[in-house]
Amino acid sequence: MLQIKDLHAGIEGKEILKGINLTIRPGEVHAIMGPNGSGKSTLASVLAGREDYEVTGGSVEFLGKDLLELAPEARAGEGLFLAFQYPVEIPGLSTINFMKTAVNEVRKYRGQEALDAAEFLKLMKEKMSLVNIDKNLLTRSLNEGFSGGEKKRNEVFQMAMLEPKLAILDETDSGLDIDAIRIAAAGVNAIRSKENATLVITHYQRLLDYIVPDFVHVLYNGRIVKSGGKELALELEETGYSFLKNEMNIA
Amino acid sequence: MSTITTIKDKAQQLGAATQDALQPVRAAALAAFDQLGVPAVKHEEWKYTRISQLFNQPYQLGVDHSNADAAWQAFRLPEYETANELVFINGVYNAAASTVRSAGLVVLPLEEAAKGEYAQIVSKHLGHSGKYLKDGINALNASFLVGAVFIGVNRSTEIEHPVYIYNITDGRAGNVFAQPRTLVHVAANAGVVLVETYGSIGVADHFTNQVMEVVVEQDARVEYYKVQNDSNRSSLVSTTHFRQVGKSYVHAVTISLNGAMVRNNLNMVMEAEHCDSNMFGLYFTSDSCHVDNHTIVDNAKPHCLSNEYYKGILDGSSTGVFNGKIFVQQDAQKINAFQSNKNILLSDNANVYTKPQLEIFADDVKCSHGCTVGRLDEEGLFYLRSRGVTEASAKSLLLHAFAVDILDQIRHDALRFYVDQLISERLGA
Repeated sequence: MLQIKDLHAGIEGKEILKGINLTIRPGEVHAIMGPNGSGKSTLASVLAGREDYEVTGGSVEFLGKDLLELAPEARAGEGLFLAFQYPVEIPGLSTINFMKTAVNEVRKYRGQEALDAAEFLKLMKEKMSLVNIDKNLLTRSLNEGFSGGEKKRNEVFQMAMLEPKLAILDETDSGLDIDAIRIAAAGVNAIRSKENATLVITHYQRLLDYIVPDFVHVLYNGRIVKSGGKELALELEETGYSFLKNEMNIA
Repeated sequence: MSTITTIKDKAQQLGAATQDALQPVRAAALAAFDQLGVPAVKHEEWKYTRISQLFNQPYQLGVDHSNADAAWQAFRLPEYETANELVFINGVYNAAASTVRSAGLVVLPLEEAAKGEYAQIVSKHLGHSGKYLKDGINALNASFLVGAVFIGVNRSTEIEHPVYIYNITDGRAGNVFAQPRTLVHVAANAGVVLVETYGSIGVADHFTNQVMEVVVEQDARVEYYKVQNDSNRSSLVSTTHFRQVGKSYVHAVTISLNGAMVRNNLNMVMEAEHCDSNMFGLYFTSDSCHVDNHTIVDNAKPHCLSNEYYKGILDGSSTGVFNGKIFVQQDAQKINAFQSNKNILLSDNANVYTKPQLEIFADDVKCSHGCTVGRLDEEGLFYLRSRGVTEASAKSLLLHAFAVDILDQIRHDALRFYVDQLISERLGA
């Protein structure tokens, strides 16, 4: 589904990703872990198409298309979804109105008919109960004055609405207490299927207690330096990232 | 003969022909105009709005439009069927086209009001705006006073339906200069919703110099909406002057969406304790449209509250001007005055000039002001696009979201939907 080959990217002339290789197949859950500054969020941003970042080498293929050629909205249309680490607050735009536009533009991209008001409402109700979110939150201005947990739950709700093939969760656990993590994770798990894949980017292991990965990758200094099963996450939790630095220095 | 000379001659002729109760006001105003002239850009209050250029061409003046056809009806506002409608054509009130439905609402020719039971009110308040707007353009309006109207709201009456005021110019016979004038008196404990709008008929240059003065008595409530979406060849100087003579409430929203050169003067003179007033504004301009909002809040008495919030979206090579003046006189202790102006520039060629101006002579007051000029939020844009919304749609969603807190201040539902629709159409949504 996703094939990243020798990806190099940076910002303002500074190289941050120094040759990433990663393959994700349908149904899989991958976790990328790594210390601060290792390039985790840069990878998420580059995949979603944030314009501040410059790709200097390598390729990314998503469902047979050159992902890096596509505008951010086209990536979403193809089925990519990035849950933001810091969801943006937009006063004056409700989540419902935003989603009405987003769902129908994605449908248009996919060659599907637009939903009418009744169909949209039905879809929304279904997804609301799936990710356990309150309607009051959705009628309010997007993320404005939301708690950290509410923001992340809103991200998961939007993900459910857009039914992506690959969901990237960028530090979805950051700033959340354990209950909020559990609720967000339950939402993510509710929309997982054999056809879609998930890429979890996280600093800590605890989110992975709830979204159990098939593969764990350790990102360090712009490269994936170690890959393994879910036990690798536990190992990291035990030892921290310092061993990596030692290992790298020796190497 | 220059346009200004023609206008002065016309004013003089009018004065000679009409020996009514307003004649002393006209004569004094004409003398003031003679002395002050048309404000030039060296006049501090007109620094960015070059109005003198509008006097470089001939206009029709004082054409009789009492038999106006139905063309003005194209500018009718929603739910007009139940509203009170006052129609001015080329500055002259047209009684035949107008409808006054609500009990307790009195509409009279100003010269009649000046000699009847409202004589004292007229003599006390007519021309009060000239004390604040010391320029020739304000005086020029008062030098005509033809087809001017007095609007009275009776004591303890809540006028159920809004009062729609249409300032129409008919340019089918050539360029037109119009000077509508109204004096509104809202008596004690009364309430009214006033809506002003503008419309141009025919392809010509239209120039309207309009003045409305509103007297608000004890415990009265006024909602005032001004909606401007006129043609690219229609210029406007629109003055609205509130005088809160008793503890009262005024809620004003000014929406400017199009026009050639638009200058709005909004004054809030708070002459009693515990007055409360809101001043909201939205200007959304493109092409070469020029919109200038000058506001004055004068706190003369203690314990008043004024809240002012203007937002601007400027595209093309358009220009926005915001100048917010707040006076706090020595006796006006314990007042609260808030002011904010926020702007988004969508183009490199658009300009905005924003200036807060506070003159505070009391020592126990709370005043705040702030202004911002920025571009559309890139992070917000990326967020929306990452959810599949095209760049164009994302921009329009963000701009609508920016405008919505001013739109929400239009409490009259049908009017808010109407303005929202105009904005959404402009945004291509």
